[in-house]
Amino acid sequence: MATETLPQTEREELISGSEAIAIACSLADVDVITAYPIRPYDTVMQYVSKLKADGAFDCDFIVAESEHSQFEIVKHASAVGARTFCGSSGVGWFYAFEAITVTAGLRLPVVAMVGNRALDDPGAFGVEHNDAMAVRDLGWMLYWVGTAQEAFDIALLAWRIAEDPRVFLPMAISCDGSFLTHSQAIVNVPTQEQVDRFLPQYDRGRLQLHPDNPITVAPQVNEDWLMEIRRQTDDAMRRSSDVIREAYDEFKQLFGRGDDSPFIEEYMTEDADIVLVGMGTLAMPVRVAVRRMREQGKKVGFVRVKFFRPFATDEIREALSHCKAVGVIDRDYSYGSPSYGGVLFNEIRSALYTLDNRPLMQSFIAGLGGREVLVRDVEEMTSMVQDSIDSGQVKEENTWIGVRE
Amino acid sequence: MSTVAVEVVYRGIFQKTLARNIVRTIVFAARKEGKIGTAFGRYGDSPERNGIPAKQFAIVSDSPEELEENLAVYEAGEVDVTINVDDTMCKGIESWAWYGLQPINALTKPGGTLIVTSRQEADALIEDIHQKDSPFNLAIVPATTSFSGLWVYKDDHTDVRILGALAKVCPELVSLDSMVAALEDQGWGGLKLTSARNSFDRTTQRPVEPGEGNDETPFTFELLGWRAMEDGLVIRGIDGATGFRGGSLAEDYDPIRSNASGDTDYQPTRNSVFKKFSTRSMRPVINFETCIKCTLCWLQCPDTCFDVTPDGLYDANMDACCGCAVCEAVCPVPDCITMVNEAEFNDNDSQWEHWTRDKDGYEKWMTELIEVQKAHDADSERSHGYHSPGKYEAESESEVALTGDDD
Repeated sequence: MATETLPQTEREELISGSEAIAIACSLADVDVITAYPIRPYDTVMQYVSKLKADGAFDCDFIVAESEHSQFEIVKHASAVGARTFCGSSGVGWFYAFEAITVTAGLRLPVVAMVGNRALDDPGAFGVEHNDAMAVRDLGWMLYWVGTAQEAFDIALLAWRIAEDPRVFLPMAISCDGSFLTHSQAIVNVPTQEQVDRFLPQYDRGRLQLHPDNPITVAPQVNEDWLMEIRRQTDDAMRRSSDVIREAYDEFKQLFGRGDDSPFIEEYMTEDADIVLVGMGTLAMPVRVAVRRMREQGKKVGFVRVKFFRPFATDEIREALSHCKAVGVIDRDYSYGSPSYGGVLFNEIRSALYTLDNRPLMQSFIAGLGGREVLVRDVEEMTSMVQDSIDSGQVKEENTWIGVRE
Repeated sequence: MSTVAVEVVYRGIFQKTLARNIVRTIVFAARKEGKIGTAFGRYGDSPERNGIPAKQFAIVSDSPEELEENLAVYEAGEVDVTINVDDTMCKGIESWAWYGLQPINALTKPGGTLIVTSRQEADALIEDIHQKDSPFNLAIVPATTSFSGLWVYKDDHTDVRILGALAKVCPELVSLDSMVAALEDQGWGGLKLTSARNSFDRTTQRPVEPGEGNDETPFTFELLGWRAMEDGLVIRGIDGATGFRGGSLAEDYDPIRSNASGDTDYQPTRNSVFKKFSTRSMRPVINFETCIKCTLCWLQCPDTCFDVTPDGLYDANMDACCGCAVCEAVCPVPDCITMVNEAEFNDNDSQWEHWTRDKDGYEKWMTELIEVQKAHDADSERSHGYHSPGKYEAESESEVALTGDDD
């Protein structure tokens, strides 16, 4: 619990997750922001340009001619020591991929917002997690946001964590299109003084590309060097867990809010027979369903995975080691994957493999393309998991929920 | 423990800011009473399209947990109050994302209220509004439909008048004092606050009984399951164009030359379940006597809504017309095409058939409509948004005079 909370001088705003991140950009005094419009990410650039036009925020705001340029510009800006922000959605994020992949390799702490969107074609604006998920193996830290307040908070945390010299890795903040990017909720916005106390200046030190510090970045390397470089990035990702914990604890102390863990949120899991797992805003209907099922005496709990990278193997193992069965709700797909399960499902199943008492595991694909995950869908999934417990085996390892037959 | 849901049905571009002002102020006012709320636009909408019906919502609850319960369903299944800021949408609405006509009061809960801004009488509106199985109330805020642009806002007090009326018809949401306090917080004062208070005092509700109103069945269509859909994102084309009203095309028919010379009747292919007329707030009225068959309306219409008649005239299909007024703009003959307020019409019938059947009757009907419209134009009645500097200021003045005066 918070011991040294600052005076309650935060102001209340009615804003979307996108607007929250734009305000975080201004309070974090980001130096370079690049933009290229695609829904739903474009809501952030709208708010950033408004703040700038209103004279409330001084930054280099560059509307690039494509997503690829957008991510190239922040990559280079980050190398010379500028604090950076950018973002995209769906296929826009994919168009920038050449720049995105090297950003992690060069250890540049770019912070990006991904407004989760289905990958066209077919043209669709609604949320799917496959877009952001594509960087999961590349050295980007990857966070899934639940509320507009959390979008604000994690943005501040993102620069703090990414720019820590022990880490120097980029971070993507994933916000479900519509539910976060286009819905306005009450958000507490701290003062500049509070933010300054939490967030130090970005100091790239000996790695800064500057005439006074002559260095070459990213020369050609072959098999003599590459594996060692990959191992360095791997080690940075391993180190990031402690940095995240440290930053999160300090954030909770200063601002007086936050969960027990920065990596996962547990909801009514202590005595649960069935634990559902998911990411992002589907937590809302799941929590409501869990409360209703609890009222009927069903022992159901929920784990919301917040950091997908780094994956909190130990915490997730601990949270899921006492239940009889786990149902993972993926807002993504992975065609031809093990058991045809979702991406999160297979990660979780892998993490639990070494447990002595492994729970039954069941995969659900739901809410694709922005389709709502309804309370009754959650109840249906839970009852299917209960059937597995009753019969002692999982008959259908993967089920698509809410699809018209 | 209570939750109140309000939806604002508005027209894309023209009323996006108006809708946003309303839903945000509702949440601010609720905060004044210690409640919590959220405001959002329906994501499937595309409010950057002229006139397209779209929705914004405000949900207000006593506690965060209760708000979460209600947000577990993103688009509310029912609302306490529906606010319709353009009375022509009383005929029903079809959003950009969802093809099928939805009655304006579809989400209005039993005993709830539909607030409409209109200069029409209640009985005229009820003729348009679809019947419900349950009773609801109709409240009218007397006002000319407030249309602005995406980047400019006409401050004609429509927002505060609706909010004043809302506090009256739904006291369990927030009090008038909280509403006024929320307006003051946003920097609004003086005459705007008077407008809100006057609207509160003057708003009355007219009960609408089950079965009262428009008895048409709104058109719908079935969404296919994944097994029935064709692979590969393929949509089959619809059978080709025909002669007028389904007749066969002339033997020497050529899609460009024949139509341009007006020597054959022609009707383009249209999707029977993709109608776009609820986007329309004005419709073209055509004087077939003065038409010179120049083809410009037929050529320029962005929605291909003109059918070529056997006598080489052009009949605007009212299921397909979005009311964009391009035809009126390109027509070289004075008063041959006149855009008229959609509220004046109760069907989508063919004007050409009407004219063919009864030329004198049509002439009288048309002349009256045009006269009414011209009188309205002089009074800044209805138009498609921003046209010239100073326009909104002039329009706002006459609007504010409607309710902004002190009694």
